[in-house]
Formats: sequence, C-alpha cells, structure tokens
Amino acid sequence: MEFGPILRSLLRNKLGVLLIALQIAFTMTVTVNAVYIIDQRSERMARPSGLDEANIFHLSSVGYGNNFNESVVSTEDLALIKALPGVLDATVMNAIPVSGSGSSTGVGLEPDRPETSVQTAMYTADENVLNTLGLNLVAGRPFTSNDVRRGARDMDRTQSTAILTTALAERIFPGEGMQAIGRTIYNPGGGAIEIVGLVERLQTPWAESSFIEQSMIIPEVVNDGSTLYMVRTAPGERDRLMMEVEELLAAQGHERILRNNRSFEETRENSYRLDSVMATILYVVIGTLMFITAMGIVGLAVFSINRRRKQIGTRRALGATRPAILRYFLLENLLISGSGVVLGALLTLAFNMFLVQTFDMPRIDWFYAPVGMLVLIILGQLAALAPAAKASGIAPAMATRSV
Amino acid sequence: MFFYYVRLALLSYRRNPVLSSLMVLAVAVGIGAYMVIFTMNYYMGGDPIPQKSEQLHHIQFDYGNPDIPNFEPPPQLTWLDATAMLEQTTAYPRTATSKFVAIIEPPGNEVRPFFVNGRGNSADFFSMFDVPFKYGSGWDRSADVNRDLVVVLSDELNERLFGGRDSTGETLVMHGMNFTVTGVMDRWQPAPKFYDVNNGSFDPVEEAYIPWELIISQELNRSGSTNCWQAPEGTGLQAFLNAECAWIQFWVELPDADARSDYSMLVDNYVAEQRSLGRMRMPVEQRLFNVNEWMIEQEVHPDETRILGALAGMLLAVCLLNTVGLLLSKFLGKAGEIGVRQALGAHRGSLFIQHLIEAGVIGAIGGVLGIGVAALGLEGIKVLIGSLMITEWMRLDLTVMALTIALAIVSTIIAGLYPIWRACNINPSVHLKSQ
Repeated sequence: MEFGPILRSLLRNKLGVLLIALQIAFTMTVTVNAVYIIDQRSERMARPSGLDEANIFHLSSVGYGNNFNESVVSTEDLALIKALPGVLDATVMNAIPVSGSGSSTGVGLEPDRPETSVQTAMYTADENVLNTLGLNLVAGRPFTSNDVRRGARDMDRTQSTAILTTALAERIFPGEGMQAIGRTIYNPGGGAIEIVGLVERLQTPWAESSFIEQSMIIPEVVNDGSTLYMVRTAPGERDRLMMEVEELLAAQGHERILRNNRSFEETRENSYRLDSVMATILYVVIGTLMFITAMGIVGLAVFSINRRRKQIGTRRALGATRPAILRYFLLENLLISGSGVVLGALLTLAFNMFLVQTFDMPRIDWFYAPVGMLVLIILGQLAALAPAAKASGIAPAMATRSV
Repeated sequence: MFFYYVRLALLSYRRNPVLSSLMVLAVAVGIGAYMVIFTMNYYMGGDPIPQKSEQLHHIQFDYGNPDIPNFEPPPQLTWLDATAMLEQTTAYPRTATSKFVAIIEPPGNEVRPFFVNGRGNSADFFSMFDVPFKYGSGWDRSADVNRDLVVVLSDELNERLFGGRDSTGETLVMHGMNFTVTGVMDRWQPAPKFYDVNNGSFDPVEEAYIPWELIISQELNRSGSTNCWQAPEGTGLQAFLNAECAWIQFWVELPDADARSDYSMLVDNYVAEQRSLGRMRMPVEQRLFNVNEWMIEQEVHPDETRILGALAGMLLAVCLLNTVGLLLSKFLGKAGEIGVRQALGAHRGSLFIQHLIEAGVIGAIGGVLGIGVAALGLEGIKVLIGSLMITEWMRLDLTVMALTIALAIVSTIIAGLYPIWRACNINPSVHLKSQ
C-alpha cells in the first residue's frame, strides 16, 4: 500500500488537511446531534393518544342571550348528531386530549394528604365517552347513564365514579394497578372517587407534561356556557360529517356560536407543531452542511490534483496503472476524513454534553457516533471520487510537459 | 486605488467563476442560515419593551405547599393578593390583569355574533406598557373603582365592528351588556408578549380591554392558565376567589432604584403578614422581577432556538473553513500573476491590500446573497410555524441586514488572512521562470 508516501505528502500540506478534517469534524458534530434531536422529537410525536385518531372531530358551542338553555340544547344537539348516518357515537367533554388546554388535579389514597397525591389530567364526559373516543377498556365496566352527574359548575362532588388509565392506576397502587377496580381514591378537596374501569391508554391534554399517560375520566356534564362535542365517525366519513354537523347545528337557530370545528388529527398535529418545525429546520441544516462540506472536499481535491499533475504523469509514465492513481487519491481522502471523524466523535460527545447540561436533554445513545463517522467517511469518498477519477485520466505524457 | 483593487477583484472573479461562485455560495449559505437563527434569538430572547423594561416589575409570591414534592411556585397571583396589592400600591402605576372570553353581538343582522379574546386590566395598563392609541384613550382609575362598563378595542376589532372609523363614545354588546368604547388601539404586538407569558409567550394580543374588576363583578368567563395548590373551601365563585388559586398577572411601574427598594419592602411586609395568617409558606428567592428578569425566570426564550443558535454557529464555522480552503486554492493558483506584479515592483503591502479587498468583495457579494438566503429561510420558517404563534416580528430589519453584510465581509477577510499571507510570500522568480 501507499500509506508512507501519502502520509508524507499530507504532512507537507498540513493546512489543507486540517481545513478538511475540521470541516468534517464540525459537520459530523452538527449532523449527529441534529439527527439525535430529530429522533427524540419523532419519538414524542409517535406516541399514541389512545384515541381512534383518524375518525374523530370536535366542535364547540357557546351560547349567549337569556333564552339559551345549555342543558336542553346540548341534549338536543347530541341526539341530532347521533342520528346522522355515518356517526358512530358522540359525547360532551371538558377538554380535548393532546390539545394543550385542559384541567388537572391530584388524587391519592387518603383525603387531605396532598403530599401523597398523584397528578392526573381530569376529563369529564357522559356515558358514551369510551365508544366515542375509541378507548380500550381493559378492566371493569364502562359508565352507565346512572353514573353521569349533570349540573352547574358548583354542583356537589363528594361522591363520584371514575375510569382511569392503567398508567395512573399503577402510579396510585404500585404493582397492583390492575386490581384497582372497586377501590376508592380521593381528591385533595375531599371528594371520594370509586374506580369502576381502566382503559389501556388516554393521554393528558398536554403533550409536554411529565405525566402524559396519567388521566382520569369523571362521568359528569357541566353547564358552564360552553359545550364541547366530540364525534366519532365511520372510517372515511369524517370530513363530510364535520361540515354536515356544523350546518345541522347552525340550522337549529339557537343563540349560540359554533367554533373550533376541527379534526382530532389536526388538533394533535398543532400540539406537536414546534417539534415538526424543529425537525424540518434540522433536516435543512444537515442537508446544507453535507453539501457545503462535499463541495469543500471537491474543491481542495481538485486543487491538490492540479498542483500534482506533473507528478501524476510521472508516476503513470513509470508504470502506475489508472486504478492505482484512483486508489491513491481515495486513500488520501480516507486518511483525511478518518482523522476528521475521530476529532468529530470527540466534538460530538462534547457538544452532546453541553446539550445535556444546558437543556436537560438525555444523553446520546452510543451508536450515533459510529454511524455518523461511517456516513461522513462515505460522504468524503463520494466527494473525492470524481476528482480522483479525473486524476487517473492524466496522460503519462504530462511528465514531459513543462507546466 | 481602492476602486482599482475592487475592479481587479471582479476581474479575478470572472477569471475563475466556478471557484469564486462556490466561495460566494458558501459565505451566503453560512451567513444566511446564521442570520435566520440570529433574528429568531434576537427577538425571542430580546427585550420586548426596552424603554421601560427596567421600570416595570412583576410580583412573585411565596406560593405553594411545601408538602407537595417538586412544587414550583406559580408565577401568577391569587384574587385575594391581587386585590390587596391593588389597594396597597398607591404611589406607583400598577395593574392587575387576566384574560376572559366573551361573545360580541354586533347591532343589526349583517355581522353574526362572534367570540373574542379579551383582557381585564386596571386603568394604568395602557400608559405603563406604552400602548399606542389610534382614537381616544384608556379609562381612568375612577372607572376601575366604579366598575364602569367601558372598553378599549384593538385595531382589528374596531375594523370588524365599526369599519375602522373613530368609534369612541359608541356602544357595543358584549357578554349581554352595553359597553362604551373609550379608545381604539393602534397596531400593538409586543414579542414576547411580556405582560402575560402564562398563556403563550408569542400569542397575539387580546382584542377587547375592560376594567379588570368587571371579570368578577359581571361574572365574565375567565380564561387563561389557573393554578391551584389547595382545593377551595366550599363551592361557588366566592370560594374560588378566596382559594389558593393563582390566575392573575400583576405589574407595577417603579421609576428608580429607590422606588424598587421601597416597594420591595411593601411586598416583604405583606408576605410576612400573610405568613402569620398561615399562608405563603413556600419561600422564594426573589419577589420583584423587572421585565428582562421575568423573561429569564419564566424561561420565555425557547430551548429550540438556543440549540439552533449553537448549531448555526457551527454551520457558519464550516462555511468559513470552506472559504479558507477555496481562497487558498484561488490565491495560490494566481501565483504567476502575483509573481509578475511583484517583479514589476508591487510591494508586499499593496499585494496584501489587493487580496484583502478581493476577499472583502467576495464577502460582500456573499453577504448580499446571504440576505436573500436569510429572507427565504425566515419565510420558510413562518410557513412551517403557521398559526402556532405570531410571526410578524420575524423579519429582517435594516440593522439585521447591515449586520449580515458586515459579518459576511469581516468573516471572509478573517478567513482570507492566511491565504493572503501565503499569496504575498510567493517567490516571484520561481513562477516567472516557468512561464
């Protein structure tokens, strides 16, 4: 192999080598950490909400004027919505999962012991909530119409039933979450809550919360001026029904405003918008950086080959084959990229430590750096390929020319 | 001489267009990307009201329950404390403020009733935050006390309700009540929305402003984040008001350091008094924050743009390293020409200046292109963000554009120093011989 001559010629052009190696090192640092951030964000965005995401939409109705009777209108509305062909079920809720706004509380094994309580999202809905959201009941029973309490904001809440997510039950009763049916938990205010069912999964309204899987549904319909309808449709019928339902309700002539008519998918997507914006920007940064670095490698390779045209010609005249010349320049690039990625691996870890310390991000997984090294070495080889091929095409006669 | 060298630089660009364009491209992309992130950080981490940020202060009380693990004291105030602070703050402008939602019923049948995001605030709010007015003005403190049904409209809402005319003195029906318009704001959109960072730091401002006390006395629908650390005793509105539930922002304008220490004493005394009543048991390190302190305390500047800032810095470094390499090839490729110039009597100094200008010209062209890259990048980000937050502040102003070009020229010249030094030290005889 030609390691010896390559090393010696590289040492004579230290700066050129250093420039490329540094570029590769920085590119690797940015790329690997950016990919790591993208992976984390995609993982967050991929978490299932527990709902039948593709077939649900929501719509709010806000009444005004003295003639508006919310409880009458909402009962009528629900009956109208459910009668539409294509609608599977509908319910009224206090908040939309993963939408960014909702209500949370603490629940614990004893009343008035806030220090032992566990944080949870609190949803209220009528008895059709499980079927409407498409939640998977894994223990206990669904709500019945007898469970549902109806009234104003300040109604009596000393006794109620609830359906919990298994994650919440597991937090309250460590190790025996699945046996939680029939047991009683307490709100800090003192209300007793009997657990009647467990669902596999239902995320909180807050995508970035630390207790995203801990939710509780209370069978309750509160008349507080604003009603949120959740509607589940047969597959493929959602978009048509979104329009039909709004038109139907508007045609009833009540003194109210219909607003926020959106599919659940859109609402969920909005909650993760920042993550997807970040991912897109990072992809652009990675692409740009790879391109610039590749251009830099091409530029310097062309330069160094042009300087050595006579030498190449001489080598060819002395019997070196074309593949030998090609191999020489690819090997030269490999040595430069190799030192670049070693430096890059160190920089990558250092930058990741900075991210961990400054932004509380988790540490990078071990395999990111080696994969990054490999990718950049391949990038270097690809960038050097065209100039090296051109170099191998230099005629032996070049040795005899003066320039 | 300068223009002669600039002409030489342009000639040299044309002689080697691929290499030169590659350099310009590298500079443009590096600087452009950096300026996009710089602009975002500049505003998101910047001072939203520079002329007053030292004077405006928010209060942080010792809220929470020490028994609840990892409890962060909520940054807003409870109703009890907000009303007490309003009463006790007599010497300085102050405002309690919180959000509400309501339905406006326009007269006639042309415009359907619609939903607005509103804000309740004290009379001083408008002068404290330098709110610009198009017509009329805010209300005075007596309207706060008397719970007058008065309203200030945003420019857009005035457009929608009154076709943009001067509507002061007219009435509108909101929440089923007749409000009298006292003023119409001009375009106003602080970014970050510093006076309320609890409900989206980059949300649009509210559309209708009314005396804050009306939210309670007229039972409007409160909106915005509410944080309770103890359940209300009993049910109903009064129980909620008396409960440990924080949902109100409170700002006071303290003209100087004396006023700040004076007011700080007042707050400390109030806390001591409340503590003796069994409240405020969670000690905090600081109770008065000016705007910039508050923005830092509330972590308004998103991690995302700060991370991107570090990454963009490295992107710029790669582009400049690239430029060093390309300049090196270019200048050494000109060895023959440099040799001729030297043989004809050019000093090293003048060669140095000539190449400095050549690098500067490449930087300047790259900078101009960089402005285009940055403008394109910002537009792209705006499209990606959509309605997630207000984005009208995301633009290149003249300062940023000038900064872009300056940064491009300076960094290209710095990148060029070594290649220039190498070029000036070429031995002319070698190159003259081989010609």
